[in-house]
Amino acid sequence: MNFFEKIGAVVLSVYSYIVDVTALFFDTIAWLIIGPVKRKSAKRAGIFYQMVFVGAGSLIITCFVAFFTGIVIAMQSAYQLGKFGANIYVAPMVAVSLARELAPVLTALVVAGRVGAAIAAELGTMKVSEQIEALETMALNPIRYLVVPRFLALLIMLPCLTILADIVGIFGGFLVGVFNLKLDPYRYMTFTFKYMAWKDVWTGLVKSVTFAVVISMIGCYMGLKARGGAEGVGRATTLSVVTSFILIILFDCILTGIFFFANQ
Amino acid sequence: MDREVIIRADNIVKKFGDRTILSGISLDIYKGETFVIMGGSGCGKSTFLRHIIGALKPDSGKVHLLGKDLSSLNEDEMDKLRMKIGMCFQSSALFDSMSVGDNVSLGLREHTKLDKSVIDIVVKMKLEMVGLRGFEDMVPSQLSGGMRKRVGLARAIAMDPEIIFYDEPTAGLDPIVAGVIDKLIVDLSKKLNITSVVVTHDMKSVFSIADRVAMFYEGKVLEVGQSEQIRNSKNPMVQQFISGSPDGPIKFFRQKDDYLERLIA
Repeated sequence: MNFFEKIGAVVLSVYSYIVDVTALFFDTIAWLIIGPVKRKSAKRAGIFYQMVFVGAGSLIITCFVAFFTGIVIAMQSAYQLGKFGANIYVAPMVAVSLARELAPVLTALVVAGRVGAAIAAELGTMKVSEQIEALETMALNPIRYLVVPRFLALLIMLPCLTILADIVGIFGGFLVGVFNLKLDPYRYMTFTFKYMAWKDVWTGLVKSVTFAVVISMIGCYMGLKARGGAEGVGRATTLSVVTSFILIILFDCILTGIFFFANQ
Repeated sequence: MDREVIIRADNIVKKFGDRTILSGISLDIYKGETFVIMGGSGCGKSTFLRHIIGALKPDSGKVHLLGKDLSSLNEDEMDKLRMKIGMCFQSSALFDSMSVGDNVSLGLREHTKLDKSVIDIVVKMKLEMVGLRGFEDMVPSQLSGGMRKRVGLARAIAMDPEIIFYDEPTAGLDPIVAGVIDKLIVDLSKKLNITSVVVTHDMKSVFSIADRVAMFYEGKVLEVGQSEQIRNSKNPMVQQFISGSPDGPIKFFRQKDDYLERLIA
């Protein structure tokens, strides 16, 4: 293969990949909508099981990451703002950067590593051990039975985790502000809510919903495409995490751009 | 023959890339019989099985299952048809995340409105049939290979199918368990008048269960006939396969080029 053929091959494979993932996404949406009509909706128990795994299972690690991120932003911005004697602006700095950017992105990355990988590994193992085929021969559609509950669970739980990360992160910054920068706690919180607009929160939530779609679709797609035994499952898991990470950052950039230019 | 044809494969051709897996297979399978497909690894017998259950679509040719042309069915009609067949997978394909009882009852829970207590009774009956009563609460990882195969069989018969497909039911099992599985297959088809299609290369089991046998070779049907007829076949390839002799018309090595040329190249 010469250079141009190689480029062409990569472009073609990326293209078919995008087409396949999009098709899976529309299939999932179709099952979400027509499932209840045809009395073939995903089982509630299955969705709740996944929600516990995605949400409750990621609580501690999400809080951990958000708490320390809040502390770090507070200290980093105090380093800059302190030169101008504007330490009190640490409060809105922490709140706005968390709500708009860091809480949704970091939570999504944590969940992609934990949940996305687990989805890819589980579905991949089911695929290579013929369990997906067994579902099909039992007239149970794998998208309805496996993908929809995971998709819904992420769609519901990731924004919840993001709100939690907002709160915990702000609390982390608050601790630095009060105990290290000696700011008045009441004034700190007033400044936080004075400068943090409702828009900061909902743009963050729009992002986290998008990331939920990315994580669930990539994890399920990689799992369902897995082939070739243990090695294939390993590859599917790695690929799902790497691809999710890249896409999360990419969609973050696109969405930030949209919100930024829409505001002008 | 006035017996009802339950599966008809009509000139099935399947290619994966430029490799031809099935090159024109035509077969009739009759209601109530135990039909065994034998042949070496890679001869296309498992691929053929996947075509008759509708998991793969042929490049050309038609499959009729229970009187319906598979290519003309939409997804819902296909699902209705799938509820009338059971499939035993080579690797059992039990759902690891569920208990044995849940594995067996899955189809009933999803496709019927039966009460839980009724389903529990059905599960007990099916597990009793495969000799595993009382194992409902175990999970698949606690079971041995033979037990997993039997749970897979219980799951396949849970919906009272008209046809059961077996993909290598005795592969990797010890001779006694293999014998038990063979006996189960015969019992099910005789007692419940279920049509069984078995893909295997276990010669011992072929002649203890089969009513009729088809021998596949390189994507074609080499010979098909009554069990006795195949056993006494004049075809040297069939005889070599039955006796398991390394020397004969079927070559073990599949080289694409000349060995000597490869060595000195």
